Amino acid sequence: MISAENKRPLQTPSPSALGVRRSLTPFNINVEGGAELLFDGVKKHQVTLPCQPEPWDIRNLLKWIKQNLLKERPELFMQGDSVRPGILVLINDADWELMGELDYKLQDQDNVLFISTLHGG
Amino acid sequence: MLGKNRVIFPGEKVLLALSGGPASSAMLRQVQEGLSRETAKRLRFVPGLVYVDEGAVCGQSPAQREENLARVEAIVQATGFPYYLAHLEQAFDLPGSILRRGPRGGDKPCPSYKEAVEDFIQQQRQEAADGDGAASLPQRLAQLRTQDMPAGGDPAAPGTRLPAAACTEELVQLFEAAETLTAKEELLQMLRTHLILHTARTQGYTKVMMGDSCTRVAVKLLTNLALGRGAFLAMDTGFMDSRHGDVAVVRPMREYMAKEIAFYNHFFGVPTVITPALRAKRREKTSIHRLMEDFLLGLQAEFPSTISTVYRTGEKLSTAPAEAGSEPGAEPQRCLLCLCALDTLAEEDLALEPTLIAEEVAQRPQGPAGDGCCHAGTQGSCCQSSPTPGAESRAAFLPLLCYSCRLTFKEMVRQRRARGGSASSGRSRAAPRGRSGDPCPPSLPIQHGPSPSRRATQTRCHPTCARRRSAGAAGTTGDTGALLRAGPGLAGPHDGPARGAAGWALRPGLSLPGLR
Repeated sequence: MISAENKRPLQTPSPSALGVRRSLTPFNINVEGGAELLFDGVKKHQVTLPCQPEPWDIRNLLKWIKQNLLKERPELFMQGDSVRPGILVLINDADWELMGELDYKLQDQDNVLFISTLHGG
Repeated sequence: MLGKNRVIFPGEKVLLALSGGPASSAMLRQVQEGLSRETAKRLRFVPGLVYVDEGAVCGQSPAQREENLARVEAIVQATGFPYYLAHLEQAFDLPGSILRRGPRGGDKPCPSYKEAVEDFIQQQRQEAADGDGAASLPQRLAQLRTQDMPAGGDPAAPGTRLPAAACTEELVQLFEAAETLTAKEELLQMLRTHLILHTARTQGYTKVMMGDSCTRVAVKLLTNLALGRGAFLAMDTGFMDSRHGDVAVVRPMREYMAKEIAFYNHFFGVPTVITPALRAKRREKTSIHRLMEDFLLGLQAEFPSTISTVYRTGEKLSTAPAEAGSEPGAEPQRCLLCLCALDTLAEEDLALEPTLIAEEVAQRPQGPAGDGCCHAGTQGSCCQSSPTPGAESRAAFLPLLCYSCRLTFKEMVRQRRARGGSASSGRSRAAPRGRSGDPCPPSLPIQHGPSPSRRATQTRCHPTCARRRSAGAAGTTGDTGALLRAGPGLAGPHDGPARGAAGWALRPGLSLPGLR
């Protein structure tokens, strides 16, 4: 008889781990500091992300932005998987380094802000 | 930062250079806060603002420039300080005196900082006692509010604020003449600094505050090293830059990183006006400035202490005291454009020699009578048909410039020559002899310098050749005449001294000996 403890207990996936079961509410992506020039001059974007099986984290969000929102010269905003050095990312007014950078999972009502520090002053 | 350095005296007029970007806007906001505080730590100087519109060279249309100007004006008007809006085209109208050090402040001895503060406080108490106390500083400034258009534009008609299209065209041509983005950026910085300096001088300001953040200072430090300005690092990136004599440039924001400034602006709602920067025609061609910025920022992402380390190292540099070798009391010779002490006078200047030699040999004109005519040894009169009158004065500019300014200057003339000035197309040799490693041809002439007042430097005719010949510091008129003949050509060659080969408007009366 197979003892019960050999089986791994089933884990019910939490709703936020799957993007499928809940629809994400529209949230804000703001761009400041000169980076808006790459987004056609538009500073505030309200976006609704499409449902997808993988959870939305910043990495996927960046890919999505590159495809959908970025109007010109993607190399000035992104470098590989991440943003170009010199562009700050604020999630709910906190530095993304405190939140886990690319691996932070987006929640409802999150506010993501990109500030470019590359245009001097 | 200001209190620690004690260079801004109470009651002094200080001009804030606003570029619209985050750092200078943050500086403006901090000055506003500092002036309005009621405590003893209040800032006590009299600020003014200057904004230089560079839209012409950044590829902006007139409509966009108007829009930017309107936004900047809205911001500066809200502060209540007197402000001046300048256009980069006005750099053509600058007087020749901009290239000279101003006289140092007055004959009376400068009081110590402490005394000055005490005097000021006394004065304020007296004014309060006289019943004038109601007029606080911002109110008095509001009475003085002016909008100055040095070009004589009509302030009442907002539609005509931009300078004439001809000037804009000239400016664009000037920047087109510089092939590399590096030279363009250097040129832009130079013109901008001169324009701000001129505004400060004419309006009676003794200090200028620039909004260079720590990140920018670190990038500038390394960039200037790459550009050959290593000797002047302390002046270009230090807190106070007093090379202009009467107007000192101060950089109070140099301790704040760009990231901190960005957060500050975001949380305190500081308005900024972002204008696009200079762009190269092709994406791959960037400038040394951009390269260095990318390098440092990339490194900073991995090693967060990079920029502060570079900055701290740079802080240790101080401006050099007067050289011991020169006569006591004599002013060291200064570069014409950047007003730093000339660093090209040393004979054995290793970096400079080979470039000079290579140029001279490459530009050697083809004599019409073959090699024999070059033996003549006169001032190259046999070897070219007609040196244009402007070429000689342009050739004479080079010894007046420091190493990095020379590079920028040469950039501008080289491009026009390559585009085929008719005089020079027949002159450049296919295979200059000196470069390919052959021994020096016997026909190498003895060349005389263009003017006896230059110090003749002994140069080797080829780095491995033992023979030496004397040449003027800038080569002969013939050689560098070919190099400089077809300059950017803003005006005809006969206008050379009048317009300046690089657009710095030197008036015809400004003769070279007069500059010494």
